[in-house]
Amino acid sequence: MKSFDYIRPASIAEAIAAAAEPGTAYLAAGTNLLDLMKGGASRPDRLVDITRLPGLDGVDRLDDGAMRIGTMVRNADLAHDPAFARAYPVVAEALLSGASAQLRNAATVGGNLMQKTRCSYFADPAAACNRRSPGAGCDARQGENRSHAILGWSENCIATHPSDFCVPLAALGAVVEIAGPAGSREVALEDFHLLPDETPERETALERGELVTAIRLPPDAAGFAAHSRYMKLRERTSFAFALVSAAAFLKVEDGIITEARLALGGVAARPWRSKVAEELLKGAALERRTFAEAATAALAEARPSGDNAVKIELARRISIRALLLAAAGTPSRLPALPGSPLSSQYGDLANA
Amino acid sequence: MSVTVSTTVNGDSVDFVCAPDETLLDALRGRLGLTGAKEGCGTGDCGACSVTLNGRLVCSCLVLAVEAEGQEIATVEGMAAGETLHPLQRAFIDHAALQCGICTPGILVAAKALLEKTPDPSDEEVRYWLAGNLCRCTGYDKIVRAVQAAAAEMRRA
Repeated sequence: MKSFDYIRPASIAEAIAAAAEPGTAYLAAGTNLLDLMKGGASRPDRLVDITRLPGLDGVDRLDDGAMRIGTMVRNADLAHDPAFARAYPVVAEALLSGASAQLRNAATVGGNLMQKTRCSYFADPAAACNRRSPGAGCDARQGENRSHAILGWSENCIATHPSDFCVPLAALGAVVEIAGPAGSREVALEDFHLLPDETPERETALERGELVTAIRLPPDAAGFAAHSRYMKLRERTSFAFALVSAAAFLKVEDGIITEARLALGGVAARPWRSKVAEELLKGAALERRTFAEAATAALAEARPSGDNAVKIELARRISIRALLLAAAGTPSRLPALPGSPLSSQYGDLANA
Repeated sequence: MSVTVSTTVNGDSVDFVCAPDETLLDALRGRLGLTGAKEGCGTGDCGACSVTLNGRLVCSCLVLAVEAEGQEIATVEGMAAGETLHPLQRAFIDHAALQCGICTPGILVAAKALLEKTPDPSDEEVRYWLAGNLCRCTGYDKIVRAVQAAAAEMRRA
């Protein structure tokens, strides 16, 4: 690891002031940042440790019914908060389908949003990567790219955002609260991660020195608690990033879908919400045929970025499976240990 | 830049001096001579460096040593009470749940953290909660059996 200065500010204002200098990175759990620093893909001159800042670790129901989650809330704590898991079971399920106990105990809400792509060429300083070094080229285009993007990619970058957590957040219309040198502002989670286009090095909507302070789930987000699931396909049944994943949410009255949400993970540089699919599902019956049409619509614009055409079909099928599971109902055990699409059972603990 | 860190390790107050780029694992092994936690991958994948930080199971290879300031750390060295092994340690011996032993300290610490929260886990839960600890020798069946045997003994105690 390149040497760096370490700063432990006492307030958010102090942290933001310290981070205004170029070459500075915020340090939360560090489960992704320290890993990249060890490998040389990230080389900050100073780290501003935000882990001890006051007021960033609350999980609070606001007066209007929205749920506010502080940026320093650890993934494990959020997934195991009983009231939270009851209201947003898919968020808990997505959190528990990511990483390992050790990493979930450390990793934070804000850090999850800020995590970098797992593209191996991004992580390897010897490889060409436009995201890491603008203009350097992209070794992934001609390299091992079977897990890369199928939606929203550009000639400059075909990386995906690896988060599980962000997939249901995007579907639920979460809002990211940001503090920075110019004051506070908010960005919809759906717009927080930028698609690569011509500037893949710009990964998020954050400006220099800005800090994610919380995310907020809108008041209506808890209305899907009875019929929602997160389904993740990966190359082993635990502790691996998604090849593709889907978060499906239904509101059902008398067997008819009154509202639906669907978002995909592992397919693009951002969690991919499909409003086209949601519109198709609205007013439809709980039928596999409808789910298949919605899934096909969600992937209509997908195209392979390399040796990964299979991901389009996998994403379509995982969407259908997530919708079928959502229709069957949220598991009784909360938080559910993540189910596996390779399981023949739909049980709470099948292939955990 | 060097930093003085005051922390608690296995109940003992400890001070050490380190550079900001040292990990907690570096400090435990190099500064404090506690070599139970191992560096397997150094990237948070294998769990051989597992310790608890204020009671939370973490990978010490992804924690900076300076972050230990004022915190309580527990390592495998603190599991036995003097000469008396922890039930998990005994069960790992009795069930031959190790071969080369590199992963064992991390698995013991992780299993202890698991049983503190879930004293009567299913086999599936043991496998799920220990997924962050890789063993390249034994396969995992003996480890699961050892954890279950220790859990049963601890429930009786």
